[in-house]
Amino acid sequence: MATISIDRTAKQLVLTIQEYSLFAWRAFQNLYRPPIYWTDFLIQSDVIGFGSISIVLLSGFFTGGVLALQSAATLSAFGATAVTGRFVAITMIRELGPVLTGVMVSGRNASSMASELGSMVVTEQIDAMRALGVDPIRKLVTPRIFACISMLFFLTIVADAFGIMGGAFVTIFMNHQDGTQYFSMAWESLRWPDILQGLVKPLFSGYIIASIGCFYGLRTTGGTQGVGRATIQAVVWSSVFIIVADFFVTQILLAIFVT
Amino acid sequence: MSETQVPSQDDSPPAGPVAAPHTSPVLAFNYVSIAFDGPPVLKNISFSVAPGETRVLLGPAGVGKSVLLKLANGLLRPDKGSIQLFGEEISSMPEEQLFPLRTRIGMVFQEGALFDSLTVRDNVAYQLIQEEVPDDEIDVRVRQILSFVGLERTIDFYPSSLSGGMKRRVAIARAAIRQPELLLYDSPTGGLDPITSTTIIELIIKERDVHQTPALLVTHRLQDAFTLCTHYYDQEKAAMLPLPEGQTNTNTTFLMLDEGRLIFDGTIHDLVHSQDPFVREFLE
Repeated sequence: MATISIDRTAKQLVLTIQEYSLFAWRAFQNLYRPPIYWTDFLIQSDVIGFGSISIVLLSGFFTGGVLALQSAATLSAFGATAVTGRFVAITMIRELGPVLTGVMVSGRNASSMASELGSMVVTEQIDAMRALGVDPIRKLVTPRIFACISMLFFLTIVADAFGIMGGAFVTIFMNHQDGTQYFSMAWESLRWPDILQGLVKPLFSGYIIASIGCFYGLRTTGGTQGVGRATIQAVVWSSVFIIVADFFVTQILLAIFVT
Repeated sequence: MSETQVPSQDDSPPAGPVAAPHTSPVLAFNYVSIAFDGPPVLKNISFSVAPGETRVLLGPAGVGKSVLLKLANGLLRPDKGSIQLFGEEISSMPEEQLFPLRTRIGMVFQEGALFDSLTVRDNVAYQLIQEEVPDDEIDVRVRQILSFVGLERTIDFYPSSLSGGMKRRVAIARAAIRQPELLLYDSPTGGLDPITSTTIIELIIKERDVHQTPALLVTHRLQDAFTLCTHYYDQEKAAMLPLPEGQTNTNTTFLMLDEGRLIFDGTIHDLVHSQDPFVREFLE
């Protein structure tokens, strides 16, 4: 009995990976093949970009603040609190900004994509769209992927900026250190490869969030309960894959830009 | 398996479509079977829809009527057999090539399947909007088709503010706006009260008799099937009227499914005189 269950689960997993790969490839091809639904792209950009700005801004600001608090406490043991700015800036721009923004946007948008498309599946709206001669992947998925990639890029910049400001707030008003020193250390320590690394990652994360959110939404089965399941799976897997992809992208970029 | 279709004994109707000419069928199923993780839902189904013909697919709930309808426009793919749509084999056709074919078909889903984030206008004009038809022309055509289904007032409404019957009528308007070459109706009166059901059937008869659009209609309601056969649409009186006593519409024929098999294929005359125990039980 257990063997049958393992066998079924393994087959299911392989099938899901195969389906996702085909789906992701088709959605990727549509990114540069006409027709591109620009209106849908703009609507989704507004939903994803403008809609997520408050959570990205707050999470970025307080992450920067926490980084400054923690690093100052550790660095003070070596008399090196002056490098707090450098620590916060590099950590935010290279790692925490892109990953945290990805996870926050995933929680908000992968779930909304999965539930929206899942509801459309269970109410036969997706079938209706296909019956009307419109490709749901081209009409619904591609604009979301396109919008998510481009908006995550800018949201990451916002998160980085507010993270550095959060660090500055803690450094100046709570640790009572010099603000100019904080900013000059942050600025001087940054190199182009750091910024590049931070801006390449959201491109992957954006693709992961939208493709997984739409994938689970479009394969929803089992009515409203199925929509709930699809939403959970979309958030869980997109968050996990953002971190997994971050690991590999970091490895590759570190190999390219040896610092 | 299925009964042989015999020529109707009835006289021709005074109005409505002329007898279907002997041309190639609009839709043809040849030994089609499909299963979903279990026993087959449909087994060796073969039938065709000729130009100008309305085929009513009868059967109890859960016998695969909606599945058959989705196979007809390639929304599902058969495991075995072939399906010809407008003369093209679609059972193995890539999805990309199916989209242009589907624009020639109108489909009315069981619950309407209207896009809930769009207004009635945008739902009805969905295909026209995708084809980038000018807004002025869209407005004219949407008003025209909404007046055909008697819902001109609802043009700016969202589906959530419509009743079940109104949603079905909007769905019919959406399916018919481009004057399709084939109409597929999936239980268009399911779950509706008798008065609203009659309104929907009247619209289907109107579409059949005014535009002579071939159709495949799925239903488990016998009274709807018989109404389709015994009534016609009078354009002068703008109303559905009964055919004279003893007359039926010869272009409206029946199919019946039971446990995934096609057990009947014939006219209303064949249906009411069938000796098949399941058909008898269904009729009685």
